[in-house]
Amino acid sequence: MSSESLASYKAQLKANRLGLWLFFASESFMFGGLLAARFYLWGNTRPDLDQLLGLIVTSILLLSSFFMNRAESAIAHDDRKTFLNSLLITAALGLLFLVGVVGFEWQGHLKPWDGVYGAVLFGMTGLHALHVFSGVIIILLIWNRGRKGGFSAERHWGVEACAIYWHFVDVVWVFFYPALYLLGLPVS
Amino acid sequence: MTVLSLGIVRGLAAQIVGTALGMGLVVLVRVLMGLHAWEAEPATVVGAMLGTIFFMIGVGSMNDWFRWARGEATPIHHGPPEGRPSWTRYFGVDYSHKVIGIQYGVTAILLLLTGGALASIFRVELAEAGRQFLDPAVFNTMIGMHGWGMIISILLGIAAFANYLIPLLIGASDMAFPRLNSWAFWLNVPAALVFLTSMFVGGWDTGWTAYPPLSARAPLGMQLYFVAVFFFGISSIVGALNLIATILLLRAPGMSLFRMPIFAWGVLATSIIALTATQLIALSFIMVMMQRLLGMGFFDPAQGGNPILFQHLFWFYSHPAVYIFVLPGLGVISEILPVFCRKPLFGYKWVALSSIAIALAGFLVWAHHMFTSGMASFLRVPFMFSTLLVAVPTGVKFFSWVATIWGGKLTFPTPMLFVLGALSVFLIGGLSGPPNGIVTTDLFLHDTYWIVGHFHATMFGGFVFPFFAAMYYWFPKLTGRMYNERLGQLHFWLMTPAFWIQSLGQMRVGLLGMRRRIVDYDPALGIEGGQLAVTIAGLVIGLSVLIMLVNLVYSARRGRVAERNPWNSRSPEWQIPSPVPEVNYPDGLQVIGEPYDYGLPDSRYVNLQVAAAGE
Repeated sequence: MSSESLASYKAQLKANRLGLWLFFASESFMFGGLLAARFYLWGNTRPDLDQLLGLIVTSILLLSSFFMNRAESAIAHDDRKTFLNSLLITAALGLLFLVGVVGFEWQGHLKPWDGVYGAVLFGMTGLHALHVFSGVIIILLIWNRGRKGGFSAERHWGVEACAIYWHFVDVVWVFFYPALYLLGLPVS
Repeated sequence: MTVLSLGIVRGLAAQIVGTALGMGLVVLVRVLMGLHAWEAEPATVVGAMLGTIFFMIGVGSMNDWFRWARGEATPIHHGPPEGRPSWTRYFGVDYSHKVIGIQYGVTAILLLLTGGALASIFRVELAEAGRQFLDPAVFNTMIGMHGWGMIISILLGIAAFANYLIPLLIGASDMAFPRLNSWAFWLNVPAALVFLTSMFVGGWDTGWTAYPPLSARAPLGMQLYFVAVFFFGISSIVGALNLIATILLLRAPGMSLFRMPIFAWGVLATSIIALTATQLIALSFIMVMMQRLLGMGFFDPAQGGNPILFQHLFWFYSHPAVYIFVLPGLGVISEILPVFCRKPLFGYKWVALSSIAIALAGFLVWAHHMFTSGMASFLRVPFMFSTLLVAVPTGVKFFSWVATIWGGKLTFPTPMLFVLGALSVFLIGGLSGPPNGIVTTDLFLHDTYWIVGHFHATMFGGFVFPFFAAMYYWFPKLTGRMYNERLGQLHFWLMTPAFWIQSLGQMRVGLLGMRRRIVDYDPALGIEGGQLAVTIAGLVIGLSVLIMLVNLVYSARRGRVAERNPWNSRSPEWQIPSPVPEVNYPDGLQVIGEPYDYGLPDSRYVNLQVAAAGE
């Protein structure tokens, strides 16, 4: 690659990074609004949810961020094999998280139409699950490009963006998990 | 060239297919779940959403991203499309900020005409007491459609000028994310169609605020309205993101933040609000949508929900939204005023920071719309104080304008007239504001026509008048021709007195007991004369806007060819040919002075021969 195109790539990279963080600033307001709704409607109470399930899905999601980070640093060191494997592990853990939330938590006694407890629970987990799902899709797209030789140690903005997005969705859950499972007194 | 080579035609065809597919999908799922096949609400919502997504794919706004995902190179094509006439670029995906700016502008004017036509109709209904020709439910839908049509028109109008001007003003070649820019524009087209369709599937009788519980049981049109506003909101967020990145990263060498043209500060402040607060209105509307679709009881007291929560979420966006609308307009005033006063803008830094201050203070005032809502009463006084605080940075701007005019060598072509008109109208809007922010007076003014008068004065002073000033001022830049000065003056002298009559008249009938959003009123109130005056004034405003459109359309084709810098401005966009060539500043641009040093001999703002000078 010519030095000029690398310079323009770096300039665009700077803009891309800023753009992504602005996107997070915007998304934070949406998730913040959901949290505000939770505290407004639930106050010092919470529904009686399966604590073990909550702990498991949270652990899975936090663990997935480790592999996402591993994938990113692997491509930064041109280690394609670790990069691709870690992406797949991350996507699998993400899917496992979705199975936990949609396949188990949503099949419990609480339904969306069961008062504010059902409404807020499904609103918060639903919008978050939608983000996890989009993250898994993006990971698979990145994996597919990486498999065909895309990305390099110098040029892997796509991987970086995907990784930061995944971490962001993860951090959102760090706020959602206590708000849904831990804070307040359980009412059944 | 076939019709299908136009992006918009492909997009519309795809939208029809997508809508049908979405509806079919819902029917299929319901049959598989063993429910009866047809339920209008979910089918309509999913159909409208999928239709919009299909439009975006069909128009071609996502082609480059699909190519990227497949690992193909996606170089940006500059200039008009190959093998097709150059006008076709306005009807399809084009990445030039100048094309996108004009696309935004034309869409904004179409919505402005729609909103204006609706207002003319229901103002005629209100000209006399008693029911004339409008069904109450239709009247209610029309006032809401007028409100949102105008809101979207304003958002698109701002996007038009921001897109066209910001790269030119800061010396950039384009926006930071040209593809995202085009995507954000095109999202408005299917959303506008969904929005207009809502009128024909039962409408929505809630007024523009869509408060539950009323919106939770309004006709089907309500859902389409939610879908449309949701997509308008995404467009607004993405556009704001793009503008912030452009302003922060793509300024020409030497252009520090405090040497930017002041309009860029207004756009930056506006974008901060649009980027963040818009999420909350989207969230509040999605929550009502889900309450209707799935019975999620966020705002249903029978299920433990609380409708006041909706008002908090809604106003967290919808009050700052007012600052989204006016900050670029106030920036236009500060931008144009020094040119026609031949004096520096008074207190540049204060004016720049006052925009940011208004934006930030705007986040803390939302509940002043809720003094009568039954929210916790201890919230009233804090929100009253924060609301009145907004008057301080707004006052800074006003005093700056007065001080800039003071002792200047004023000339009065049409753009300057509209700037001065904006000052007079914004003053009416500004002075009628504090009574609404103070709890004791608001309890009586809430939900009266006084509010309608106040709000329209702030919108006309803060957006419409500056927007028209900007249209006349930059018209030679966009087209290379001058508008007709005589028609421009006629537009101004019809519109401004008519607006004063309309606005003060609305406030007067409000104080005498006229409620807002009511199709009829009691003749015993003694306000029929006032109502008639408001209606006539409103129609005159509409007529004057039509005169402007005739003027602009005619002059764009037949007007006198404009000289390069007709206003003798120091700003960089006037130092290059009109209309602007494909590449904005081929020889680079360097800032070497202050932007508004009018009257200072030998001072220069920009150097446009950076490459030629070998620097």
